[in-house]
Amino acid sequence: MHELSICQGLLRQVEKVAAENNAKTVELIRLRVGALSGVEPPLLERAFEIARAGTLAAEAELEIEEGPVVVKCQECGASSAVPVNNLVCQYCGEWRVNVTEGEELLLLSLEIET
Amino acid sequence: MCETCGCTITPGNAHLVKADGKLEHTSDGTASIEVLSSLLHENDHQAAHNREHFSRHGVLAVNLMSSPGSGKTALLEATIEALGSEFSIAVVEGDLETENDAERIRAHGVPAVQITTGQACHLDAHMVHDALHEMDLDGVDLLFIENVGNLVCPASFDLGHHANVTLLSVTEGDDKPSKYPVMFRAADLMLLTKSDLLDVLDDFDTAKAERHLRELANPAEVFTLSARRPESLEGWLGWLREAVAAQRAGRELNPSIQPDGAALHSHG
Repeated sequence: MHELSICQGLLRQVEKVAAENNAKTVELIRLRVGALSGVEPPLLERAFEIARAGTLAAEAELEIEEGPVVVKCQECGASSAVPVNNLVCQYCGEWRVNVTEGEELLLLSLEIET
Repeated sequence: MCETCGCTITPGNAHLVKADGKLEHTSDGTASIEVLSSLLHENDHQAAHNREHFSRHGVLAVNLMSSPGSGKTALLEATIEALGSEFSIAVVEGDLETENDAERIRAHGVPAVQITTGQACHLDAHMVHDALHEMDLDGVDLLFIENVGNLVCPASFDLGHHANVTLLSVTEGDDKPSKYPVMFRAADLMLLTKSDLLDVLDDFDTAKAERHLRELANPAEVFTLSARRPESLEGWLGWLREAVAAQRAGRELNPSIQPDGAALHSHG
């Protein structure tokens, strides 16, 4: 469900940026969605098809870049790619780590027709 | 507030999203615009506004999240009974329908505003902002926001609160943090509730629940308690007293959701 609210927020941002750049239509929207962002790309894509109707992005394509989860160990300093529910260092097993990738929920760029 | 940095860019992933912010025209007449902002930008902006509002009034705002039925409202009732003479408390209740929970809270002499979300599965910063218009925060020390019972969506929305408290009742299974990592990763405190039932449940191991929380790289404290056993609440009440004291002393707490993004924000 919350993918729809996120999509509506996204489209308001897209329309604002499009208007600032005198766009007639938005052709492509690029996002980056990390695995720990709490957002499921397939659900976001389906919500987008509904939410885009009647906006400048009504015909736009949605391109979602999905990112891995990467943690950096506070003990041994190593970086490792990890599953979303096991954020421990893959080298030394330490759980005191910082998540350096995987929480992104970003609007990267737009392609517009002017 | 930051309009373009994107609150979730960390030193670790910044290289993935480097942009020069320029408008680049391609040969076929389309233009490419680098935007680079958080998809939750609108919500985050409102949340920051809410947080400033709370802090200006000296209010500590605590967001309670859990599955439906894990005992959020019962915990609030017991907390009001225990701390009602010490602090001035107010509550914002979130549910899809009914005024039931707000009525339960008001019966304890504490002001409560009910947000009914209709079909929405979470509270967002705008809903909380609207609820604040119905609430006088002057003199309030502690505001609880009881989120919609849901272990998925509420974790993604900053409400402007200072701390996330995630409840896990012992009837639910000790592997919930592994099943719902985004929610439990966001917890600044985890409460294992309904502990009075532990005697009759042989399949909930509190140490395992804590281990699953650590596997999410979360250092949050864990307390095991029952709203029906006032003596079991001491750890939780102590945590609240410390948090209120920190807020009064101007050491403002921030929720652990996207801490790197928040850090980047404050220095950006």
